[in-house]
Amino acid sequence: MTNAIFTGLMLGGMYALIAMGLTLQYGVARIMNLSYGEFLVAAAFSSYWLFTGWALNPLLGLALVIPAGFGVSLLLYRVLLTPLVRRARTRGALEVDSILATFGMMFIVQGIMLSMFGGAYFSYSFLAIPVSLFGEILALNRLIAFGLAVAVGLALYLALTRTRLGTSIRAVAVDPMAAQLVAIDVVRTSAFAFALGGALVAAAGVLISMFLTFSASSGVIFTMKALIVVVMGGVGNLLGCLVAGLALGLSESLVATFVDPGLTLAVNFALFLGVLLVKPAGLFGRAQR
Amino acid sequence: MGSSVTRFAAGLLAVTGAALFAADGPALAQSSVKIGYALSRTGPNAGGAAVTTLPNYEMWVKEVNAAGGLKLGDKRVPIEVVQYDDRSSAEEAARSLERLITQDKVDFILPPWGTGLNLAVGPILNKAGYPHLASTAVTDRAPELAKRWPNSFWLLGTSAGAANTLVDLLVKLRTEGKIGDTVAMVSVADGFGIDLSGAARPALAKANFKLAYDKTYPVGTQDLSPIVNEVKALNPDVFIAFSYPPDTLGLTEQARIASFNPKIFYTGVGTAFPLFKQKFGANAQGVMGIGGWSGDSAPIKDYLARHKASAANGAEPDRWASAVTYASLQMLQQAIERVGKIDREAVIKDLQTGTFDTIIGKVKFENNLPTKYWWVGQWQDGEFYGVAPATNEGARTPVIPKPAWKAP
Amino acid sequence: MSAMRLAAALAACAGLAVLALLPTYVDAYYLALAIGLLQFTVLATAWGLFSGPTRYVSLATTAFFGVGAYTVAVLGELLHWPLVLLIATAIGAVMAVVVGLSTLRLSGLHFVIFTFGLAELIRQLVIWFEVNKSRVLGRYVFVDITQKDIYWQLLVLAVAVFVIGWLIARSRLGFALRIIGEDETVAKHCGINVTVAKVTLFTISAVFMTLVGAIMAPRWTYIEPSIAFNATISFEVVIMALLGGAHRLWGPALGAIPLTLLFEFLAARFPTASTLIMGVIFLLIVYALPAGVVGLWDNFRRQWRPQRVEQGAKA
Repeated sequence: MTNAIFTGLMLGGMYALIAMGLTLQYGVARIMNLSYGEFLVAAAFSSYWLFTGWALNPLLGLALVIPAGFGVSLLLYRVLLTPLVRRARTRGALEVDSILATFGMMFIVQGIMLSMFGGAYFSYSFLAIPVSLFGEILALNRLIAFGLAVAVGLALYLALTRTRLGTSIRAVAVDPMAAQLVAIDVVRTSAFAFALGGALVAAAGVLISMFLTFSASSGVIFTMKALIVVVMGGVGNLLGCLVAGLALGLSESLVATFVDPGLTLAVNFALFLGVLLVKPAGLFGRAQR
Repeated sequence: MGSSVTRFAAGLLAVTGAALFAADGPALAQSSVKIGYALSRTGPNAGGAAVTTLPNYEMWVKEVNAAGGLKLGDKRVPIEVVQYDDRSSAEEAARSLERLITQDKVDFILPPWGTGLNLAVGPILNKAGYPHLASTAVTDRAPELAKRWPNSFWLLGTSAGAANTLVDLLVKLRTEGKIGDTVAMVSVADGFGIDLSGAARPALAKANFKLAYDKTYPVGTQDLSPIVNEVKALNPDVFIAFSYPPDTLGLTEQARIASFNPKIFYTGVGTAFPLFKQKFGANAQGVMGIGGWSGDSAPIKDYLARHKASAANGAEPDRWASAVTYASLQMLQQAIERVGKIDREAVIKDLQTGTFDTIIGKVKFENNLPTKYWWVGQWQDGEFYGVAPATNEGARTPVIPKPAWKAP
Repeated sequence: MSAMRLAAALAACAGLAVLALLPTYVDAYYLALAIGLLQFTVLATAWGLFSGPTRYVSLATTAFFGVGAYTVAVLGELLHWPLVLLIATAIGAVMAVVVGLSTLRLSGLHFVIFTFGLAELIRQLVIWFEVNKSRVLGRYVFVDITQKDIYWQLLVLAVAVFVIGWLIARSRLGFALRIIGEDETVAKHCGINVTVAKVTLFTISAVFMTLVGAIMAPRWTYIEPSIAFNATISFEVVIMALLGGAHRLWGPALGAIPLTLLFEFLAARFPTASTLIMGVIFLLIVYALPAGVVGLWDNFRRQWRPQRVEQGAKA
């Protein structure tokens, strides 16, 4: 039982980690980023490349990959997405445009990865050593990813609720029009939130590459997982993201242990659909209409 | 009114099509042999196709052309390749092959990767009369399919074959007193895992093994530790996982972390991948898996060296279907050269009846199926040797029990 | 005006006749291409039937498509073909009603993800059932249906989807739906039974998707969940419909046809780099066609209409 709970928490932490960047991109910058998973895999590849080619410890690699993720995302938002934001008259229009544009972006990032690394599976071993916690054996690399997910989630949550920049980000998330009225530069704030999301997804990619097998085509799996966590937790809400991720992870490992591993994903989706039926805006979301 | 309008429309469609996908001028009949294939370069199948199929196709073409080409009669004709991406979709695979046949008018077609896609293109290749050497499909219907489509050859055999050989090996090891009775089995909830576990379950029961754990998990499960932990608590002698590459790596890693070290640790697709050795190093020692090859034979060693020299980034082949795929190309080549001209019907006939000299030894089909397969392999000192069926040439004695996991 | 209508109707009939006779003139590849075009035309148009007026973006296409394909995989060898199609229709309709009743109170934003989750849930349940109850995963479909049969069935379905779409647009239901799309609260105040209207349309659209899946299934010989419930179909359909313009009946088809041809062209011409090029072209389209193909057409008409009136006045 304790083992199932521990495993579930760690898996849930990973889900939350995967989803945090998207909740900022979708919730604040209003970009439904379908190429999200591709960026995650790209970060995993760069970590692989740094580790196998340059013997650089992935945790140190974070110091390179995270700023790169931030920079690339900022550039992307400035160059590719700002015209769409300017052109969109309604939120719905921007959503449609961003779905279409990021769908194209997904192909581009995937195409680049395919030409650089080919289609094969990649995996490496780093910190895959057992640690004993309360008498249960856990993998150190997963434990680190879990710890960082919780730490980053709480830190960002505090930053969003306690700082001035955080408050303006939340204001944009709630109502971009009204935010303008109180002298918030909506475009700049959105760009910052999008880039922050990019930095988070880069971090997630590096961390999960320590224990998951990935290939150039596996991005879409992560996009989907992230979308489900984001919507279930409430779009734009980091705490919701953490709670939803943990709930999904826990349900998965409890079902695998006590019911049938074959039903884990079915239960995951059922839980997600159930939450939406009871609370259409997600666990921590505000009703939108 | 119909016909002239129709003809016009059909013509229009044809012209548009021709403009879109224009063949680059009509190829002269004798100047090249056109060989086409559609592989999954993107989508979920890409990982398998990139390891097992594509490097072999490319290497074979390179080698044949370096030798001047295929020998037709008394002259050598180089191979010209037409290739497409089927995006891992059955519909795309079917359409790509129809394009190869009717638009590109290729002389021969190399099959796609994987069971599902090989079945999807089966009827098309049959109807058009192309030889179909399916070297990456495991299906229990292989004998029936071979009868239904006499142009098709199923080189990897049936899942029943795989499961029964494994169980036979277990029975033998139990008689020798090397293992006990308890077996834990998990399988991926996809065609491969279900067919194999479906065949293994009755075979294990018949041999009086105690099946302590028998569950499936969905494709794409990202944390397999609940399964490993539960199985470890049952303390089985034998662990069998009919798994896919990401799960194979995940299960092995998790077993190592949890120090779950049964006497026999067997995993599915991916165990024979070079990636496995690369990731686990010395810890691969003693791990069993599906596939294997006679790693001491000279042709295999030579093949391994050539593959490394030819493939991108010096990649090694996998130790199961890669060699079979390359052997299937050798068979096709020998059949074509024996016939001496582009006569697909005669080539199919030759494939059905002839004997072929390949890197996996002499091959002769019986009812379009080979008579020998490698079903169980084991990592021994950095190479994945075939260990069962023991009657195969070059079979090694399995190392039992599997040595303890080492810290990385 | 009525003369123009008559001409249009005649042209449509002639076009249909041409399309019906097409399989007798083209080879297997063009037939396959035509099947692909029809498949996506029907799927995208059916998608637009519901999502156009209500503005709900549904990712459940593959759920219905897959259920149709699976019905054939299970029953195809046992029953007569028309009966199989009828059963597929019934299953699709029942499923759509259940799903519609439980989901359509969600706001548009969450409906997207919900429908996606639904498709995955159904896929997982089918897998679980096959694995634990019937103990087979991957079914073989050996039925006597030729490619031409598939083509003709899809053609009939395409005609049906356009006719029904046209009828709906002229009915009270269509009018009600347009009001719902503009403002649901207003619609409620007008006395429109919002739920019934939405569920009805969702069901009609879903039945078409189910039938496409059922008709396509014999093409592949082998059906397994990853083939039947292929999530990319949902995305492709949404992209096609949005690109064409979902607020017109014929808009989605204008997205589906060029995009299918484009994918085909890229796959044929640039097999190794098609992903990359597809992405670039996609971005170009998004920036160049902000309102979809329909928007382009509307612009074109707006520019030319005044001149035509002038010419008419002179004549």
